[in-house]
Amino acid sequence: MESRHTAVPFWRDVRVLTVFSQIGFVLVLAVAANFFYSNLSTAMRQRGLVAGFDFLQRQAGFEIGEALIPYKPTDVYGTAFIVGLLNTLSVSVLGIFFATILGVLTGVARLSTNWLINRIAAAYIEIIRNTPLLVQLVFIYFGVFVKFPPVRESINLGDTFFANQRGVFVPKPMPAHTFPAWVLFIGIALVIALPLGRALLIRTRRVGLAWSAPIILFVAITVFAWFFVGTPPITFDLPVPGRFNFSGGLALSPEFSALLTGLVIYTAAFIAEVVRGGIQAVRKGQVEAARALGLGELQILQLVIFPQAMRVIIPPLTSQYLNLAKNSSLAIAIGYPDLFNVGATIANQTGQPVPVIALIMATYLALSLLTSLVMNIYNARVQVLEK
Amino acid sequence: MTTNVESVAPPRTSVGVLGWLRKNLFSTWYNSLLTLFAGWVIYSVVSQLLAWTFTAAKWQVIAANLRLFMVGPYPPDQVWRPWLVLAMTAVLLGMSAGVWGGTLRTFALWLAATFATLLVIALIVEGWERQLAIFSGKGNWWQAIPAATWLLLNLLLVIVGYFGTRGRKAWGRTVILAWLVSFALTIVLLQGFQKNDLVPEVSTSRWGGLLLTFMLAAVSIVVSFPLGVLLALGRRSQMPAIKWFCVLYIEVVRGVPLVTILYMTQIMLPLFLPGEFRLDNVLRAIAGMTFFTAAYMAENVRGGLQAIPTGQAEAAHALGLNDFLVTLLIVLPQALRLVIPTTVGLFISLFKDTTLATIVALLELLGVGRSVLAQPEFLGLQTEVYVFVAAIFFVFSYAMSYASYQIENALGVGKR
Repeated sequence: MESRHTAVPFWRDVRVLTVFSQIGFVLVLAVAANFFYSNLSTAMRQRGLVAGFDFLQRQAGFEIGEALIPYKPTDVYGTAFIVGLLNTLSVSVLGIFFATILGVLTGVARLSTNWLINRIAAAYIEIIRNTPLLVQLVFIYFGVFVKFPPVRESINLGDTFFANQRGVFVPKPMPAHTFPAWVLFIGIALVIALPLGRALLIRTRRVGLAWSAPIILFVAITVFAWFFVGTPPITFDLPVPGRFNFSGGLALSPEFSALLTGLVIYTAAFIAEVVRGGIQAVRKGQVEAARALGLGELQILQLVIFPQAMRVIIPPLTSQYLNLAKNSSLAIAIGYPDLFNVGATIANQTGQPVPVIALIMATYLALSLLTSLVMNIYNARVQVLEK
Repeated sequence: MTTNVESVAPPRTSVGVLGWLRKNLFSTWYNSLLTLFAGWVIYSVVSQLLAWTFTAAKWQVIAANLRLFMVGPYPPDQVWRPWLVLAMTAVLLGMSAGVWGGTLRTFALWLAATFATLLVIALIVEGWERQLAIFSGKGNWWQAIPAATWLLLNLLLVIVGYFGTRGRKAWGRTVILAWLVSFALTIVLLQGFQKNDLVPEVSTSRWGGLLLTFMLAAVSIVVSFPLGVLLALGRRSQMPAIKWFCVLYIEVVRGVPLVTILYMTQIMLPLFLPGEFRLDNVLRAIAGMTFFTAAYMAENVRGGLQAIPTGQAEAAHALGLNDFLVTLLIVLPQALRLVIPTTVGLFISLFKDTTLATIVALLELLGVGRSVLAQPEFLGLQTEVYVFVAAIFFVFSYAMSYASYQIENALGVGKR
């Protein structure tokens, strides 16, 4: 009996089957890859396309509407690509920042006991979540920003902020020579205030004190330093309406403003739902128990709800951040020169779509992995705090 | 002294309208302030919106291009085919409502109400009748059926379907089968055959408008479903070669924007395929959306697979089933049931993502909107067109997320 048991024919042996099916799978993949590759090389030969990344060294020869680094059409394609990448990064980082603020506010409003506030937040969330981002973007750009009045009739907010067909004009912060010294003071203030807050929270468990004392200290040091360093460390260069255009200030193009507005409004609606879900995931009993132990409302929020809600919120929040960064590629629909838009132009001009698309995809992939990495580190910290 | 403990009515300030107002709007001083502020915001927004909708907005741009918005460049004399597909959907929805009731009945009711409203408009308002007449082509009688007749037929079909199957649970399987058949039939009917006079070929490059939006989303989700299941199973496989291939595919696709994938399939798919094998740009867009959705579908299915207790598979193994049968008969049926709500969610986002096809020059709903705005007589009407497009997306997405919520409750998925 024993010998019959071991004598499984090899075609029914799981180990053998496993090995063979994997070999078969890899073979199929290899054949498919070979098929596609031979088609690709034939097609590329027929169309006179060449592989490789040599084109990155060639002169680009096209204008880019806005660039964070100096760029002119005589620069190489590689520089143009980096200009696009920086534009994607800037709109993504600003978008994540503002979307988080608006999203958290909306999420809290959605939980408000005030019926009217609650309904407004719900209507905002439902309308935004159930319409496509691209429709919102083209609406905001072609329906709002492009239809702003001409320069002469600019929308004027207190002579500080202006909006017209050419974009949005905001004051531009100009660091003076005393700026580094001021930053040093802010650093010192942070080094004192952060541990102070933590120590107060652990020692006294009084949330109000643990937040207000360090904040007051921080503000006091910052304000004191502002006057202490002599010349104001930051001056604001206000936009000044001229005859045909504005001088001074920081000019944000209509494309950039529309893209940022659209991404923020769209992503904030999703973040609001994430925040609401996170807060609601904290069991009622937790709050009731905290109340029974005599904790105040602020203490409950900081010590009971917040740590538990964060645990639920961080993973979906990460994927919303990733979505925002990926959605910034819709910039091509409104002509903002982001990574994808510039990349598509390069692909068109060089006639080398294959390496360009590979480069674009690899860059987005790297951005996504980087964002997940950062958020995973934060997530791990939140999870450890929880235990 | 005895106290009279007869029931005393609650204070007038805590019940009724006044009580509700007090509790929900004016509970504290800052809540009152918030309420007043919110009330002012709502008033100013809504009043401006209403004023714009009924006085300033030039809705003629929608009325004049209604056929374009619905079917795009689909040949006008063949519009009876999309109408027939709609009729098929109407009767099937009516039958589903009859068999299962619940949310489906609500949907059927809404659909019937929509048909009825459009019909009344078509019959009463002469201008609208003319507008709706652009839906009926010239030629044989079936090509020239007026829109009003189609609307009446659809209305009747919903009602007949509903009352024909009401309370007959046994019809469930037949109706599900009919839905699947109707999906295949829809594609065949819209596509037609070469050298056929009754249903001549209409190449996919001539599909457009809302029709194309729906076909893009539906075909992609249906094709990506089996792919997603395979990828999810592959990712959980013990065999490293298969596992790493699946992980790589899923993570790469999820890490890049959809528009890059669409761009890739538009430009690179023709390079990868043999020269004689040509796909028009609608099929290439569908391919891109399918590749994209399959990765997300795989993650959904994986979530479902992970939710099945290992005891299920172990018990099945103990009963003598092999790995393949355990997966096919025990694990998958339970897992797929769990992922229905998330799949609806995926369909909604795919439905909205079809707008990205405009970027690769397809004439789906948003693409039609943009091409309409390029006509000289409709310049500057962006607000009207985009609001209309957004409203259509909103109606369908909202209805689907409502349905998803109902299914979730019915299956009790969220409760576990």
